[in-house]
Amino acid sequence: MSPERRATLALALLAAGVALAMLAFMTLGVKGSWAFVLQFRGMKLLGLILVAHAVAVSTVLFQTVTANRILTPSIMGFDALFVLSSTLLVAVLGSTALASVDARALFAAKLALMTCCSMALYRWLFLGEEQSLHRLLLTGVVFGIFLRTLAEFVQRLLDPNEFMVLSDMLFASFTGINPVLMVFGWALVGAVTLWLGMNLARLDVIGLGRPVAVNLGIRWRRDVLAVLGIVSVLVSVSTALVGPVTFFGLLAASLARLAVGTSRHAVLLPAASLTAMLLLISGQTILERLFAFNTALGIVIEFFGGVVFLLLLLKGGRK
Amino acid sequence: MRLGLAFLLVVVLAGISLWVGVSGISLARLAGGDPRDWLILWESRVPRMLALVLSGAAMAIAGLLMQIVIRNRFVEPSTTGTVEAAGLGLLVMTLMAPGAPVIVKMAVGAVFALGGTGLFLMVLRRVPLRDQMMVPLIGIILTGVLHAVTTFIAYRADLMQTVLAWTQGDLSGVLRGRYELLWLGAAMAVIAWIAADRFTLAGLGKDMATSLGLAHGRVLALALVIVSGVTAVVVVTVGTIPFLGLIVPNLVSLAMGDNMRRAVPWVAVSGAGLVLVCDILGRILRAPYEIPVGTILGVIGSFTFLILILRRRRDVA
Amino acid sequence: MIETRDLRKSYGTSLVLDGVSVTLPRGGITTIIGANGAGKSTLLSVISRLLSPDSGTALMDGEDIFRINGPELAKKLAVLRQENHLTARLTVRELVSFGRYPHSKGRLSDADRAAVAHALLWLDLNDLQDRFLDQLSGGQRQRAFVAMVLAQETDYILLDEPLNNLDMKNARAMMLILREAVRELQKTVVMVLHDINFASVHSDRIIAMKAGKVIHSGGPDEIVAPAILREIYDMDIEVREIENRRFAFYYG
Repeated sequence: MSPERRATLALALLAAGVALAMLAFMTLGVKGSWAFVLQFRGMKLLGLILVAHAVAVSTVLFQTVTANRILTPSIMGFDALFVLSSTLLVAVLGSTALASVDARALFAAKLALMTCCSMALYRWLFLGEEQSLHRLLLTGVVFGIFLRTLAEFVQRLLDPNEFMVLSDMLFASFTGINPVLMVFGWALVGAVTLWLGMNLARLDVIGLGRPVAVNLGIRWRRDVLAVLGIVSVLVSVSTALVGPVTFFGLLAASLARLAVGTSRHAVLLPAASLTAMLLLISGQTILERLFAFNTALGIVIEFFGGVVFLLLLLKGGRK
Repeated sequence: MRLGLAFLLVVVLAGISLWVGVSGISLARLAGGDPRDWLILWESRVPRMLALVLSGAAMAIAGLLMQIVIRNRFVEPSTTGTVEAAGLGLLVMTLMAPGAPVIVKMAVGAVFALGGTGLFLMVLRRVPLRDQMMVPLIGIILTGVLHAVTTFIAYRADLMQTVLAWTQGDLSGVLRGRYELLWLGAAMAVIAWIAADRFTLAGLGKDMATSLGLAHGRVLALALVIVSGVTAVVVVTVGTIPFLGLIVPNLVSLAMGDNMRRAVPWVAVSGAGLVLVCDILGRILRAPYEIPVGTILGVIGSFTFLILILRRRRDVA
Repeated sequence: MIETRDLRKSYGTSLVLDGVSVTLPRGGITTIIGANGAGKSTLLSVISRLLSPDSGTALMDGEDIFRINGPELAKKLAVLRQENHLTARLTVRELVSFGRYPHSKGRLSDADRAAVAHALLWLDLNDLQDRFLDQLSGGQRQRAFVAMVLAQETDYILLDEPLNNLDMKNARAMMLILREAVRELQKTVVMVLHDINFASVHSDRIIAMKAGKVIHSGGPDEIVAPAILREIYDMDIEVREIENRRFAFYYG
């Protein structure tokens, strides 16, 4: 089978899988009013799709600009950065001031704060001299821990009441998605996706690594910063909706690479997005309907994602 | 001599630690035999101070020991799955035998900790390690995986609060009668000191150690038992104190090189001192609330860790 | 013509380019030789704008290489580095098609496809074009990268040790391909070479570097001479002439 045919087939199968999972999610175990259940679940489904897409696409993009398959934005602490931005906002402005601000404006403020911080940080990490992948990985992981503990530390400094407000803002889960942010999130992610769709070839070239990409006329610094900016937006949306998830993106991106066997973004991006949707929607359906586990999906995903990460490390180490 | 000064500093810190807290106690009233002040001092402040000193010193030594036998600067119980596994063991005991005495729970925790460390070493053995940085990386991710398992079980059993108490080093609950196990941890740390030369030899690697006439496997096992024991004791009494065992030995080694026997007292004193400082800060910063010592050390520790990694980058370049 | 003016570059305390001013005329094959750490690859990286110098300029046909915008430069100058480890999983044809990116921005026209086909043919890659790069041998992969650079259809081609990892047969074939490209397509090829005899036999000009400086430049018959080689490599090298070509003997 030619590489193109294989990729097309994999995409078709994934799409079919996602359609099935959606159907199951919407219709399994409905009790009482269909109209109500469909509306309720429809809302949730839209949220899951958005999160899956944002996480998967941000992971693939991040791996493209860093030229590796193990790092992900959340392993590098992007989502911790979002938590920290939210915390700082509450700490500086206070919860009463925040309560009167429109949720979307607040989100926009956090997004701006986070994007600025991440640009500064990752510029320093990735645009410096070339260095060993493992050192970069370790730096990223420890940096993530640092950001998370720093956020926790600042939270502890807050007034308990403000802390409550913050918890409500942060500890969302796959089941309790904020509907106001969702419209906003869809608009943002939609715009970003459109831009990506128009720049697929450029992404492919960036994925060849700096020397080859520069040779082919890529303005490396500018383009990589643009992609990292997009990654910030996507991570912000998903973190705002469901809170931090560390290994989900890695799981989805790795499985998608396995499925389509190519790194061409025209194939890989939709494949990763579909894989993430399949994982999230079917996982949620199985846990919720079959086991009545409710919010445990995040935990299960973290487990498998962590195992995949270890396998990737071991595989990479043996080469 | 300098060690004596450092020791004195820790004594001063310990003294300050006795006087910081929500309910004020005063020297005058203590001298007057005020029963309330004596009660607070005896039942809460002294045990807390001792718990800080003991756990700080023991965890720092455990970290040093691990770095020497695994031969990597960046390992310590919380970057090798040891702490997380100990927590898992405690959780399992809480589920299966909630009524068991603390010492039994702790023993089971230690066994799990040993298992977790063993798992980590097994994973390590399967990778040809060309890169120093990979060892802690594998450990941290393994910790994440174990954490997911723990969280899942705790979540299902509605024990999240209990788990939180272990994952967060917090001494606000330490009272007389609830910290004494730490003496056991301290005893194990002393054994590590006595056997320091052997561990240093074992740290030269299997071939070298064997050719120098050392039963490498047995010494390694002893080291891991000590580390697991200390970890379990600390986790069950005060919770996780992250990165302490990593940063203290590294800073000490920067200052005075790598001979373990010489380093141990410094590591113990610095570990105790650092934990005391963090705890005092935690009690002052947001009084009357407390910031857990684990949180403060998490920030300081991960930041220092980061500096240590980046410093290496400059060395290599 | 590529010329540099007083290029300087240092890493930490070590100076790798120490005031390099050199002129590389158009046409022909120019090789840069020198001992390890002489600054050969650094020079090549600077004149291909992969590395910015601490001071000094590099000009291509009179224009500052760092001022020309990236996409424009990519149509005139191509560079291939020594290590080309890709994390992306691509087929040979996909990789070679990337050579057309500066011209097509990803939308291949018929002319682009013809250029890709031509490059594949030129490097004898037709049978391998649907294979993934990670399924190829080192030599085959190297050919695929050179095909990409040829498909770029630039006037200048800069190569950093293109013979690395190639066995005798493949190394010879690679040099012959490059000479043919120079002769038939009027390319200007500049490359860093380790093998002094390949440089002697195939170059039109040789530039010799030592400790960050260009110490000699000229035709092979000038450079491949015992006194000069001794200066470059700090060892005695015997030179013999066989059929009008000079060979260095340093194996004994």
